[in-house]
Amino acid sequence: MIRVVLPYHLRNLAQVSAEVTLEVAPPVTQRTVLDALEARYPVLRGTVRDTQTQQRRRFVRFFACEEDLSLDSPDELLPDAVVAGVEPFFVIGAMAGGA
Amino acid sequence: MAGVRVLVGTRKGAFTLSADGAREKWDIQGPFFGGWEIYHMKGSPVDPNRIYASQSTSWFGQLIQRSNDGGVTWEPVGKEFVYEGTVGTHQNFDGEPDPWKFARVWHLEPSGLDPDVVLAGVEDAALFRSTDGAASWSEVSGLRNYTSGASWQPGAGGLCLHTIIASPESPERIFVAISAAGVFRSDDGGATWGQKNRGLLSEGIPVENAEEGHCVHRIALHPSRPDTLFMQKHWDVMRTDNAGESWYDVGGNLPSDFGFVIDVHAHEPETVYVLPITSDSEHFPPEGKLRVYRSRSGGNEWEPLTRGLPQSNCYVNVLRDAMAVDALDECGVYFGTTGGQVYVSSDAGDSWRPIVHDLPAVLSVEVQTLA
Repeated sequence: MIRVVLPYHLRNLAQVSAEVTLEVAPPVTQRTVLDALEARYPVLRGTVRDTQTQQRRRFVRFFACEEDLSLDSPDELLPDAVVAGVEPFFVIGAMAGGA
Repeated sequence: MAGVRVLVGTRKGAFTLSADGAREKWDIQGPFFGGWEIYHMKGSPVDPNRIYASQSTSWFGQLIQRSNDGGVTWEPVGKEFVYEGTVGTHQNFDGEPDPWKFARVWHLEPSGLDPDVVLAGVEDAALFRSTDGAASWSEVSGLRNYTSGASWQPGAGGLCLHTIIASPESPERIFVAISAAGVFRSDDGGATWGQKNRGLLSEGIPVENAEEGHCVHRIALHPSRPDTLFMQKHWDVMRTDNAGESWYDVGGNLPSDFGFVIDVHAHEPETVYVLPITSDSEHFPPEGKLRVYRSRSGGNEWEPLTRGLPQSNCYVNVLRDAMAVDALDECGVYFGTTGGQVYVSSDAGDSWRPIVHDLPAVLSVEVQTLA
């Protein structure tokens, strides 16, 4: 099972209180994890990545195993610890602006 | 007993303010969607329990929320706003071509005939329509294709379609306003459009009386006068009596003809309200005095309305969608400020009082008159 930690507003939208666990068939990548996330919670479509281009929204970042994976290819394999469910995959709302 | 429900969109959530016809005691509910920008909320004229809300942030994009119980509960509905066909370009601030890119929904205009039909004005400027209660959206693409979308440029707030008026006389007639392109009108339900900016003058654009390029901030219409519209432009308060074929200045004795809001009394089609702002550089009221101005003659002659409004040290702004009128016998007028106050006048503007003092910055105010 893949563990995904969502930011506050997306947890509210998805109506989940803690981290989400997802079944993701190999290969486990940003793309396949986000595909599974959006399939489970359709309300999140478009909130993490653009629905047309599939590109990460500019104020959203991805972290795992204390590494910033935001600029990695969406098809790059995620770390083994994420695949094994030892470490979560973090979706973070970037600290941008203060309004 | 008749009552009102005021729908307030703010920088950090939505609120509903409800009262009976006296409009003295208010029930405040919210925030709904706390932390999100609510650019606009509006109820269906034919089913007041049906309310649509535009919810967005720069972080997580756009959602549309729909309520079927007067704003008590909400459900997210369709949020796919896909430009039709070859998207093409408009101009950026430098005059260079810039691909159309959806940013957010500025305005939602439910149909006066069917609660499941709603129009959405978006940034980058385009018009969308839903016929299934906002479950899905299709672009009314004639606006960009039949007019001159490729030459439109953004205003400081973005290239936004911010005002939609469906004519009470004919559902096939639609007016929209775009910053900074101007007013456009369709007489065939959105299939074809024409620019309706003759008479507008704007310093700072290459040709000051051009057919387009004007930063129209807001237009308003009284249902009994479908050919008469009032406009608050970036500078200038304007009027047309021929459905936009030509406009003329009715700013008259206003202390400043810069501003954002404009609205018309519910029962008196020649009674108009504006809220002058000092200038395009100073977005606060002249002299720190918050004054609504009312004309009972369709413009030119304006009187300041100050009773109950702060007359010193007031430096808030009132944004383009943040004024509304109710349809009770004694017309109520409402506006919200960037300082988080929502004011009501239950005597057509003669006196005012705050309903709330300390909301987040108010982006929009709409009011529903309830039976």
